Amino acid sequence: MQTINFLKPNRDNIKNYSIIGSVLILISLIDVISNSFLKTNLTSFLPGSLTTLFPLILGLIGLNMMRIDYSGNKKLDLLNKNINTNNFNALLTLLIIFSIIKALPPSLSWMILDANISGDSKDACTGTGACWTYIKVWFRRFMYGMYPNEFHWRINTAFILVIALGFVGYFMKENLKKYLALYYVIIYPVIAYLVIYYLISGGSFGLQWVETGAWGGLSLTFIVSFFCLIFCFPLGMIFALGRRSNLPAIKYISICYIEFWRGVPLITVLFMSSVMFPMFLPEDFFMDKLVRVIIAITLFEAAYCAEVIRGGLQSLPRGQYDAAKSLGMGYWKMHIFVILPQALKLVIPGIANTFLALVKDTPLIFVVGLAELAGMLALAKTNPKWLGFAMEGYIFASIIFWIICYAMSKYSYNLEAKYKTER
Amino acid sequence: MSDPIIKIQNMNKWFGDFQVLKNINLEVEANKKIVVCGPSGSGKSTLIRCINRLEEHQEGDIIVDGNELSEKTKDIEKIRAEVGMVFQQFNLFPHLSILDNCTLAPIWVKKMPKKEAQELALDQLKKVQIDDQANKFPGQLSGGQQQRCAIARALCMQPKIMLFDEPTSALDPEMIKEVLDAMVSLAKGGMTMIVVTHEMGFAKEVADEVIFMDEGMIIEKADTKEFFANPKSDRTKLFLSQIL
Repeated sequence: MQTINFLKPNRDNIKNYSIIGSVLILISLIDVISNSFLKTNLTSFLPGSLTTLFPLILGLIGLNMMRIDYSGNKKLDLLNKNINTNNFNALLTLLIIFSIIKALPPSLSWMILDANISGDSKDACTGTGACWTYIKVWFRRFMYGMYPNEFHWRINTAFILVIALGFVGYFMKENLKKYLALYYVIIYPVIAYLVIYYLISGGSFGLQWVETGAWGGLSLTFIVSFFCLIFCFPLGMIFALGRRSNLPAIKYISICYIEFWRGVPLITVLFMSSVMFPMFLPEDFFMDKLVRVIIAITLFEAAYCAEVIRGGLQSLPRGQYDAAKSLGMGYWKMHIFVILPQALKLVIPGIANTFLALVKDTPLIFVVGLAELAGMLALAKTNPKWLGFAMEGYIFASIIFWIICYAMSKYSYNLEAKYKTER
Repeated sequence: MSDPIIKIQNMNKWFGDFQVLKNINLEVEANKKIVVCGPSGSGKSTLIRCINRLEEHQEGDIIVDGNELSEKTKDIEKIRAEVGMVFQQFNLFPHLSILDNCTLAPIWVKKMPKKEAQELALDQLKKVQIDDQANKFPGQLSGGQQQRCAIARALCMQPKIMLFDEPTSALDPEMIKEVLDAMVSLAKGGMTMIVVTHEMGFAKEVADEVIFMDEGMIIEKADTKEFFANPKSDRTKLFLSQIL
């Protein structure tokens, strides 16, 4: 006759234990779910605090009974290895699951079930949940800022053009591929600048002039991030190489540059660019505030890029330099064909990190009066007709930023996979 | 006696305070094969790295193919293009395929048309018997194959001199032979070679002269037969007794 050892589950009694264990966990889950969704307390017959702890205790016992090493059951092994290695981990697992279940119904009902989206004024929001009407009404402002409504097509067209031009590299003929870097580093930014200048700013070709102060919302986020990203990378590369140069002048200029920009906060840089910088310019010289801000952020982020790229350069073995030199390559050929391709591949995660930080730093331009997405939110929430909807706005902005950043990080993973040549 | 292709006179080199090479004098004639041996730390590698100026020397003259190497040397790249080098750690470019490893320098340094460079590369790869691996990446090859590719890559620049820096030291014993075979056939083709190695069998087979170095000095320099049969200095005798 088989004796069941209650203290030590093992392979022999796996069937009894795993079944009893799963039943216990199931009961604990049902208790929490009914408590959370149906607002009924199945264990009200228990005294006070035991009611709250009941599912936790039950779940712990259940998981304890299922903790069988090398059970032979793949799914059970996976469970035990990852979330059920000991009682403490089991407790954490249960706490996390229970908190999610507890938090789900209120957030669901706030965001969807009790929320309003119809109507076009604050009065439409009658429910206790979120007021998405607010986002709906303000949507164009969040996207385009104070840019006149009738000209929004100009922003859209400009963006479509810029994105389309960005894909040109994919369709380049094989014999033109060697100009790819030239295209992306110099030609593309210039064309993009011209497109944005003539279409969004206007002033010629019969398009009405719209000053940059009126630009805003997500489109401004894109414009600022776009130019900063494409300029800060090559600039960072130059300073990374400069810092490793054998020529003292170049080396120390690079070090000073990097250490200066890394040492000052972005917010002061932005203030300087918009308030102090124009004072040093000659009277008749005019530079748009947006351009100044883009230059400031570019210079700032280039210093970070430079250090990330330098990390990649330093991780290459000396043999790579030796081999390139021994084949008769000079400094530039060696770096362009041998060193940089390898170093840049290594720093993709670091560069992606810097770029994500850059995109998320753009809201700071609000301090100099440029209202991109987060800035528009800050303006909108103080509108007397729409007071009290900051929450909806920030959730909306978080989702948008998350989508942008997640897309970027996904893309960086793809790049890593694409250029992976090691075994 | 023809003019030497490499001429080193009274050369001294320091790493900081430490003198690695002491008063080196060496002449190598075209088409000669020199083997450099000696205990580790004796300055063998540094010596041949000085010949294509991967290391700078502080005193004395190094003249390679009529060009003196010094800080003033312009176009050091041109001289390096004439001097092929094979390294202990292969140093292939891991981001390029085997074929691209071989064609990179001919195309960009020698301005060779791409097609011609590829034909040349395949030809050289065939000589070391890895032309079937041309489209793989270095990481997918064995050590011996990688080292043979490194030899082919250096040969694609059609150098006048080949330097080998312990080419078999990082290889499995089984793979040493395939690399040595490639080097032997290269030697029989008439290439000027300076080889730092511990493979005494190779030295006996192809070397015209053997140089024994210790503590940064050339202790002994002799014809191969003479060197093995009749070593003069006690240090050489001791070294040979340990290695053979």
